[in-house]
Amino acid sequence: MRISPVITQRVSVIAMWTLAVVTLGVLLFIIAFVLSEGLPHVTWSFLTESPTSMGQKGGVFPMIAGTLLVTGLAVLIAAPIGVATAIYLTEYTREGCLTAIIRFGADCLAGIPSIIFGLFGFVFFAITLGLGLSVISGSLTLALMVLPTIIRTSEEAIRAVPRSYRDVSYGLGSTQWQMVTRVVLRSALPGIGTGIMLAIGRSISETAAVMLTAGSALRLPRSLLDSSRTLALHFYILSREGISMPNAFATASILVAAILVINVLAYWLMRRFVAKAP
Amino acid sequence: MMENRDKEVHHRPQPAARPPAAPKMVVESFSASFGSTPILRNISLEVFPRERLAVIGPAASGKTTFLRCLNRLNDLERGFSRSGRILLDGRDIYDDDVDVPSLRRRVGMVYAAAVPLPWSIHENIVLGPKLSGVRGSSRLDEIVESALRSAFLWDEVKDRLREPAMNLSGGQQQRLCLARILALEPEVLLLDEPCSGLDPISTAKIEDALAELKANYSIVLVTNNTKQAARASDRTAFFLMGELIEIGPTRRLFTNPSDQRTNDYITGHFG
Repeated sequence: MRISPVITQRVSVIAMWTLAVVTLGVLLFIIAFVLSEGLPHVTWSFLTESPTSMGQKGGVFPMIAGTLLVTGLAVLIAAPIGVATAIYLTEYTREGCLTAIIRFGADCLAGIPSIIFGLFGFVFFAITLGLGLSVISGSLTLALMVLPTIIRTSEEAIRAVPRSYRDVSYGLGSTQWQMVTRVVLRSALPGIGTGIMLAIGRSISETAAVMLTAGSALRLPRSLLDSSRTLALHFYILSREGISMPNAFATASILVAAILVINVLAYWLMRRFVAKAP
Repeated sequence: MMENRDKEVHHRPQPAARPPAAPKMVVESFSASFGSTPILRNISLEVFPRERLAVIGPAASGKTTFLRCLNRLNDLERGFSRSGRILLDGRDIYDDDVDVPSLRRRVGMVYAAAVPLPWSIHENIVLGPKLSGVRGSSRLDEIVESALRSAFLWDEVKDRLREPAMNLSGGQQQRLCLARILALEPEVLLLDEPCSGLDPISTAKIEDALAELKANYSIVLVTNNTKQAARASDRTAFFLMGELIEIGPTRRLFTNPSDQRTNDYITGHFG
């Protein structure tokens, strides 16, 4: 029997709606679950005090500071390198063997599990370079990890800038560098920003690579060579070792809220970027 | 061919056929090709100060390539090669020691499609001056006003300089592109079919602007519209298949062309 197109249309619409609702439902459930378990324990003192008894009591201030330091530094290191690589790939070289190798390398880097980055960071930054388990080892490792994301998104954003803008810029007597910095980068900025947001999100939620390189010290890091514990890692340790589930969830809800804000921001930037591209 | 030459011989010289001054740009036996495809063959012509030179010809006759050679925009294209010389005030613009960005400021280009950058009107116009190092907001504001006035756009946009240039109509956008080039105070103005895709009123505004600008600039106008060439130029050059077939005072070329092919083109027999 032949099924009428009207019925297949209805069935497919219902099926796709169901899948969309399930996807959204799972996301909302996770967020609601974590926030409902955790938010009641998030108090001002939880945000501003140091942990005591391994995190059973007290707050997570050092972890917030550690997260900001490790993630912020990682992005500060990765963003210029990533954007510069993207500029090189798109503006300063012609497609060829070298660009293929760079792109292939970036893609491979993106596929490596984070624990491998952690291991490499531990052996290379912490031991070989003698940086120890520290904020700087952690950020350098995370920087390597998020580099491919930044390169690829920046490259796409730069490529999306119309060729005619380059013609206009050259026509107005700009050098290649002026063309790139004043016209192309400016137009590609929202797209590049989106990539950086994604990189921040990825490094904020990383545990394995951070544990092996930044360590898990509970105290507030005083220098970049101090060990530090990030929120994600704190959550992992609190729950894995059964230290305090309420505090674990409270930590998790701070993390979830932060990632949510970052993703909404990234999405907003992306929308703006797409809306602007002719 | 013989017939044509006879015509040329019998042709009486026109009064005020060419402006008296020394040429602004001289193109000498200039040929250009992309890869192995020749685009321009042995072009020689002169562009004088305070004149509007129209370049006409059917599609693929090399008009745009010719225009883009005058400020070395073709250097950016892959496989571009050329021979011959193009002099600007007596100096070859293809010399090794020529500063290409400053050449492009002296010989400014308006493209066929209006491309406002996705910023405000003000920012679009100050980009060029800023690139060449002009600083100071009052100086830049002056430049914006005079450029917009010269492009006949000031009255329409003076109250919304900070609004996105993308919000302007097509004709306004093209005049904005003209103003953007004028902000650099170039010496030669190149226009590549600036009115293709514009309505007659917008076209008239651009032509009016060119008629006034002629007092200070050499203007080279590539156009697919022979009527526009007849209306808005002092001399006309006819290109065909990469060759310069004929160049002369516009009125003479349109009423009494010396080459049969020119005649066929302007009377609409081909192209």
